[in-house]
Amino acid sequence: LGGSPFSVSLPCRPHPGTGGLAVMGDMRTGLPTSSDERDGADGAAAFAYGPDGAVEIVSRTATTAEFLDRWRHPGAIAARQWEERFGLEVYMPLIREAASAALSDAGLERTDHTLVSSPHRRAAATAAKELGATPGPEGLGYAGAADLGLRLAATLDQAKPGETVLSVSAADGCDAAVLRVTDRIADARHGPPVVEQLEGGREVTYATYLTWRGLLEREPPRRPDPERPAGPPAARAEAWKFAFVGSRCRRCGHVHVPPRRVCVGCGAVDEMERAPLADREGTVATYTVDRLAFSPSPPMIDAVVDFDGGGRYTLEVTDAAPEEVDIGTRLELTFRRLYTSGGVHNYFWKVRPI
Amino acid sequence: MASHGIKDKVAIVGMGCTRFGERWESSAADLLVDATEECFASTPQIGKQDVDAFWLGTLSSGQSGLVLSEPLGLDYKPVTRVENFCATGSEAFRNASYAVASGAYDVVMAVGVEKLKDSGYSGLATGRGSGDGTDPLATQTAPAAFSLLDPAYCNKYGVDRQAMRDAMTHVAWKNHANGALNPRAQFRSEVSKEKIAAAAGKVAGRLGVFDCSGVSDGAACALIVRAEEAHEYTDRPMFVKALSMVAGPASGPIDPSYDYTTFHEVARCAQDAYQQAEVTAPREQISMAEVHDCFTPTELVLMEDLGFSDRGEAWRDELEGEFNLDGSLPVNPDGGLKSFGHPIGASGLRMLFECWLQFRGEAGERQLSDPQLGMTHNLGGRPGSCVSFISIVGSERG
Repeated sequence: LGGSPFSVSLPCRPHPGTGGLAVMGDMRTGLPTSSDERDGADGAAAFAYGPDGAVEIVSRTATTAEFLDRWRHPGAIAARQWEERFGLEVYMPLIREAASAALSDAGLERTDHTLVSSPHRRAAATAAKELGATPGPEGLGYAGAADLGLRLAATLDQAKPGETVLSVSAADGCDAAVLRVTDRIADARHGPPVVEQLEGGREVTYATYLTWRGLLEREPPRRPDPERPAGPPAARAEAWKFAFVGSRCRRCGHVHVPPRRVCVGCGAVDEMERAPLADREGTVATYTVDRLAFSPSPPMIDAVVDFDGGGRYTLEVTDAAPEEVDIGTRLELTFRRLYTSGGVHNYFWKVRPI
Repeated sequence: MASHGIKDKVAIVGMGCTRFGERWESSAADLLVDATEECFASTPQIGKQDVDAFWLGTLSSGQSGLVLSEPLGLDYKPVTRVENFCATGSEAFRNASYAVASGAYDVVMAVGVEKLKDSGYSGLATGRGSGDGTDPLATQTAPAAFSLLDPAYCNKYGVDRQAMRDAMTHVAWKNHANGALNPRAQFRSEVSKEKIAAAAGKVAGRLGVFDCSGVSDGAACALIVRAEEAHEYTDRPMFVKALSMVAGPASGPIDPSYDYTTFHEVARCAQDAYQQAEVTAPREQISMAEVHDCFTPTELVLMEDLGFSDRGEAWRDELEGEFNLDGSLPVNPDGGLKSFGHPIGASGLRMLFECWLQFRGEAGERQLSDPQLGMTHNLGGRPGSCVSFISIVGSERG
């Protein structure tokens, strides 16, 4: 685990010129019935660096050692782990040393918040107890490279200006840092709080989960696979496909998705301007549940969506059960994988109920 | 802008139509030979060598005129292969008729064929060319596309959802009952309304398997000559009154003004066809209609677009039996796509074949009393984005 410096040594160093952005994301796959499968989480977090930050880095330390606790052959779907008690024995001194060094460098005996992240469950639990860690968000499993980021984000969702945070990340060694929250924290929070996101989500069956992870091959529909997306047309349609940009007629205002040269409203030719619609909400004009369609998430719900301010397109509905969609249902766009065909992942937009 | 039509300028003097179905034993070439041989057998004065030109309709069973000339062993004749989605067979007929009307040829044959069951797929398998991966049609199936009509129609007209479902069931029941009387149909048994209703919702939206046309193989053909010479070949020719074809701008799926309760293409096509045929009161003047019942809600909406029902009333007319075999305007008396399946290139000519039989009094148990004008209608594509074809044919030259 942990080839990426971001995953193990957050906070990263800011770029002197631009500040920079640290993005960490992971999908944790365990072998079926394993504890990695049970306790794994998928997630992503991002932190922007710059002057006048919402969080100041007060101190940071690292300890390391060479030992065989976790390994994964490239291409293997899941990691393996050595006997847990051995890892606990090796990890704990590294964690204690890093944490106490970070605290003493910061001139503190304890912090207001403490968070611990480790793929080693028992080391994480033992360290949390010894360091008096704040309980992490309920229901958050171990999210790999994104785990520390998610836990820090959850802490910063609640931390008040002036409070301090000890962050401990134990993976093939241990990184520890002491952070201080500034009075700019309220403005720096973006998106819904981690706890709120954990309360969302929907249950899927184990068979569906295994299918999505590529661990269960199901009978395909008795119809041809969709054509794989082609390179040149996708390149020509870059703004449309990847940013949901349509066109608006300068003469009559008619909005088109996808963008067109000839106006549907007034027939004007090449009188269009860009119409980015990715942030628009829309309403279901009519809908269906396609039980024969090729989709990673059958049955496929299709809705004809009329966007606020103009534009209509037929899109797949996601994060919803069929009974949650009706004429008039309000929807928002979300960028997703539609299907994989010919070895090509086809990413485009779906809609989900607001 | 003009659409003059060719009313009473050409006539059909011979037809052939294979049994439709899962014809595992027959290739497309076999079906073409079967249909054309049946036709020539009924027209002693016209043999294969007497036909001046051919129009062949097929969506996916081959490309070029060779698809027909090779199996029939034609003697270096002009053969034009045409394709226009589900109106492909009708398009072959329309262009063949124009060839005679223009005076370019004396005797022309329109042939349609489709061999769908060799694909191994359970539905219609049509590829859409390479694209950017954003077209919903890459994944959305045909039944799903047409099931969009159901909630939109109920919502617009305030039709009770159960009443709409009952009307859809009635369409399937009626067309299966008609097909049960037709030896050339793919499905030849009645299906109870209880059975149809019990299967609802398992395919797409509220559509069940009985709300969908079948998938089948078949071929059909027609011999066309100038109307004034028609009686030289048969005592009961069938005269062409109107041929209308419309390709819409396909803006429905991207234009919020389209409400998914109508096919604008069909309404415009009907307007043109009625004008050509000088039909002013279609519900009264048309004796029978073979329409494109690919899915049960399609037939309901078509009744309104063709002017047979008032807007928002087709479901009621259907439930009241107006379009039954013994109703005021029999619709799909041969069993329709519901009973025949839909071998794309053949369907339009199969519809004409029912008019042919009915005008000649050869429709057996389905025989209508003294039909005067018949309509055939094809729809190719999806709601909001389709082509439409209508022919009107008559038993008498006006």
